[in-house]
Amino acid sequence: MKPIQSSVSAVPNKAPTGITGFDEITGGGLPHGRTTLLMGGAGSGKTVFSLQFLVHGAQDCKEPGVFVAFEETSKRIMANAESFGWKLPELQRKKLYFLDAQPLPDLIQSGDFDLGGMLAALESRIKEMGARRIVFDALDIVLALLTDPAKKRREVYRLHAWLLDHELTGIITAKAGGDETISVIQQTFGCMQFMVDCAVILSHSVALGVSHRNLRVQKYRGSSFDENEAPFLIGAKGFEVADVRTPGRLNAQMSNERVSSGVERLDTMLGGGYYRGASVLITGYSGTAKTTLSAAFAEAACRRGERTLFVSFDSDCSEVVRNLASVGIRLDHYLKNGCLRMISARSIAGSAETYLVRVKAFAREHEARCLVIDPVSTWYKSGNDLTAQSVADRLIDWAKGDGITLVCTSLLDEMSNRAQSGSSLQISSLADTWIHLSYLVQAGERNRGLSIVKSRGTAHSNQVRELILSDSGVTLADTYTAGGEVLMGTLRWEKERAERVAAEAAEAEAKLKRVTLDAEEAELEVRLKSLKTLLAAKQLEKELLVRSTRNHEGERSRGRTQINELRGADAAIAGEKEGRP
Amino acid sequence: MSRRVIYKFRLYVAGDALNSAQALANLGLLCREYLPDRHEIEVIDVFKEPKRALADAIFMTPALVKLVPSPVRIIVGTLSQTQPLLQALGLAAPSS
Repeated sequence: MKPIQSSVSAVPNKAPTGITGFDEITGGGLPHGRTTLLMGGAGSGKTVFSLQFLVHGAQDCKEPGVFVAFEETSKRIMANAESFGWKLPELQRKKLYFLDAQPLPDLIQSGDFDLGGMLAALESRIKEMGARRIVFDALDIVLALLTDPAKKRREVYRLHAWLLDHELTGIITAKAGGDETISVIQQTFGCMQFMVDCAVILSHSVALGVSHRNLRVQKYRGSSFDENEAPFLIGAKGFEVADVRTPGRLNAQMSNERVSSGVERLDTMLGGGYYRGASVLITGYSGTAKTTLSAAFAEAACRRGERTLFVSFDSDCSEVVRNLASVGIRLDHYLKNGCLRMISARSIAGSAETYLVRVKAFAREHEARCLVIDPVSTWYKSGNDLTAQSVADRLIDWAKGDGITLVCTSLLDEMSNRAQSGSSLQISSLADTWIHLSYLVQAGERNRGLSIVKSRGTAHSNQVRELILSDSGVTLADTYTAGGEVLMGTLRWEKERAERVAAEAAEAEAKLKRVTLDAEEAELEVRLKSLKTLLAAKQLEKELLVRSTRNHEGERSRGRTQINELRGADAAIAGEKEGRP
Repeated sequence: MSRRVIYKFRLYVAGDALNSAQALANLGLLCREYLPDRHEIEVIDVFKEPKRALADAIFMTPALVKLVPSPVRIIVGTLSQTQPLLQALGLAAPSS
C-alpha cells in the first residue's frame, strides 16, 4: 500500500487523506483548500475518517490541523484513536490542536447566537500554528440549538465562507438522517451539499445480520472520481476503503516459475506445477480432500522455505494440523520455526470485506509468498452474494498484484446438486488453475477423483485421476477406463491384478517359446555344420576325381605318343588326326 | 441570597455583529431594571482577544457569563427572552 500512497500524494491541489483506498477513489484525496461535507449515520465512522485525515496531514504532509469537536470531548476522541496506533499526544503539541466546543449541558440559551466568536478564536490559533486542515466534527449538534432554519443556513454559509477565506482544507461532518434516507437529510445540510466542493456519504447497513459499511463520493467538483459505493472497514490501523480496481493499474510481474503442488503426480499432470503467483481454485464437495490438497501445497512451500499463510475457516489450527498429520502432511515443524502461520478464522465474524482485510493484513504481516484459504466459500455465507463475489475478485487481484501464490478451496454443496461448473463463488473464471475433486460411487465404494478443469498457460492432463490418501501422503493413481466406465478403488485394484496375472502368463509363454526356438536354432546349426562337412568331403572327392581323370588322360596320350614313336608313324598326320575329331 | 450582592457579568461579543450589539443592549436594559447599581459588566470582543475566548472556551457569541454570585452560569444568545434568562440569573422571583 505504501507505494500507492506516495504516488498518489504527488497530485497537486489535493490533500491526501492517508486512508487506504480513499485517495485512489478520489484520485489524490480531498480538494485542497476547499470544504468537504462528510455525512453518515451514527457510528458510520465520520470521526475516524476526519481524524485520520488530520493525523495524516500532520504526520506525513506537513499540514498541521485543527479538530473542532462539537460532540465528543477531545479526551475521549484521543482515547479512542489510541487503538489505531496514531500518536496523538505527540502530535498534539505542535501539529494537531483539539478544540472542545461541546455545548455545555447546563448551557442556557436566550435568543440568537452565531459562531463568529469561535471562528475568531480559531483564526488566531490557526495563524499561530500554521494549520492547513480543519475538521468540524458533528456540526449538527451546535446548529440544533438554532431554531430558525434560516439562521442555521446563515451559520453554515458563514462557516463555509470562512473556510474558503482561509484556504483551509476542511471537513464538516454531519449526521445524515438514517442510512436508507441518505438523500433526504436535513434541509440545512441539503443546501450545504450544494455549497461544498466535495461530499462523501458513509453508510452502515446490515444485510442478513452482517454489517456492511460503504463509502460513496457523492460529488467532487473539478475532479473525476469513482462514483460507486466502496466497502470500507474500520480496522486496526484506522479507516480502510476496499481498493477499487482501476483499469490502468500496472500489471503484476508474471513469472514462469513453477511451484510444486505438493503432490508429485499432480505436478506432472499440470506440466510442472502451479505457476508462481497463480491463483488456484480447488472445488469439491465436503470430504473430497480439498483441505488435504491445499495443505500439501502449503507443506511443499514450507519445505522450499517460503513463508506461507494458511487461513482456515473450518476448524481450529491444531485440529487441522492433527488431521493432516494422519495423511503424512506434517506442518507442526514449520509452525514452530515460523515459516508457516495458521489462522483459524472460524471465530471471526463479519462481512466478506472484513475477512479480506484481515487476510490481507495477516499476509502482509507474515510476508507470505504462498497463501491458502480454506474454504473461500465461507464468504458466500456471511453476506450477500454480490459482496462476496467482489471480495473474491479482489482477493485474486490482490494476490496477483503482490505475486502471492494463492490456493483457495471452495465447497460445493452436494445437496443442491449443482452442475460441476456451479462453483458458488464464480471465481472460477478468474482463477488460473481450477482443480475439481469429486466422489465416484461405484460398486459399493466411494472414491475420490481429481481432474483439472482448467489451467491457464500450461498443458495439462485431461484425465480423471484417483486421489489416494494414505498415512504416507497424497498420491494420484491412474484410473482404468473399461467399457466407458472409470474404474476406481477395488475395481481398479482388481483390474490391475488381472492385468498383472495376464502379463505374467504372457511372459512365461514367451519364455517357453524362446527356449523352443533356441533349440530349433541349435539343431539347425548342427545340421548346417554336418552338411558343410559333407559338402567339403564331396568337393574333395570331386577334385580327386577330376585330378585322377586328368592323370589318366595324360597317361593315355603319353602312352599313345610313345606307341607312335615306337611304331614310327607320321607324327604330323597323327597330330592332324588327333585335332579333328 | 443577599439582595446586596454585586453581580459580575462578562459578556463576549463578536465585534459589532448584530447579535452582539443586541445582547449588549439587552443586558444593559436588564441590569438597569433588576440590578440597579449592583452590577459590573466586562465586555470582551473575541475579534480583539481571540485567545481569551479560546481559553475561556467560548465558541458561540454573544455569550454572557455570570461570575458572581455563584453558581457560574453561561448564557448564550442575544439575551432577548427575559423570563428564562431571569430564572437562569436567579432574578425570576422579583419579576413575578
